Amino acid sequence: MAEFNTSIKEQGAVSIINLKGYLDAHTAPILENNFVDLIDKNRFQIVVDFKELAYISSAGLGVFMAYIEKIRESNGDIKLAGMNTKVYNIFDLLGFPLLYEIFNSESEAVQKFTEKK
Amino acid sequence: MKTKKLSVKSKTENLSIIRDFIKSTTTEAGVASDVVENIILAVDEACTNIIKHAYKSSPDGEIIIKTKSTLSCFVVSITDYGKSFEPDTIPEPDLQKYYRQKRVGGLGMYLMKTLMDDVKYVSIPGKHNEVMLSKNIETAQSNAG
Repeated sequence: MAEFNTSIKEQGAVSIINLKGYLDAHTAPILENNFVDLIDKNRFQIVVDFKELAYISSAGLGVFMAYIEKIRESNGDIKLAGMNTKVYNIFDLLGFPLLYEIFNSESEAVQKFTEKK
Repeated sequence: MKTKKLSVKSKTENLSIIRDFIKSTTTEAGVASDVVENIILAVDEACTNIIKHAYKSSPDGEIIIKTKSTLSCFVVSITDYGKSFEPDTIPEPDLQKYYRQKRVGGLGMYLMKTLMDDVKYVSIPGKHNEVMLSKNIETAQSNAG
């Protein structure tokens, strides 16, 4: 059984989703639910921290594509942070760095939201 | 030549079993660790496509994964008995278009083709489908050509 879980913390207006483990077609619905919950609560400034994510397949990448437009239409964004090289390479292969801001650390991504104000 | 076989039902929860199987067979064959990761992802994508498209997420379908390794090549063949598939009808992915359409079809196939050296489909409608993923595993020093 693939182990995957998420935890969410709030830092002011910014919500941070921490990913842990293996994100594939089986576990992607867990992350989808996180985005749905945040959107329901009108929390559109979202940082996703990949620091503890070991693996991602295209089913996991698809989750980011599914919600980004709705979130940006609501003046929010999904910013990505803390990817290991292996995970970053998969994002890069598919051209995601053109669509998403990717930061080395969660704090840099959070700061990017706050400094715009 | 060494061959190994794994048979699983078409459930996404089995993807981790499939990845573990590929990890152990590639590692046993002496495949370099970065290449191991690429083969694992390509096989995950192929099996995810089978579960979602060939079996339309029905959990009772059969997926048979066979690995073959020689000194120069690692081949994974994946057979299913679901709906046949025309790989040529899947367009190259266009992220800008996906962004507008909120859909991401074709990313998995693109990853498979990018991560592997060869991807071949054989589909016999009403019988079975087979995808063969090949990766050259020659070491740098023996790879003169």
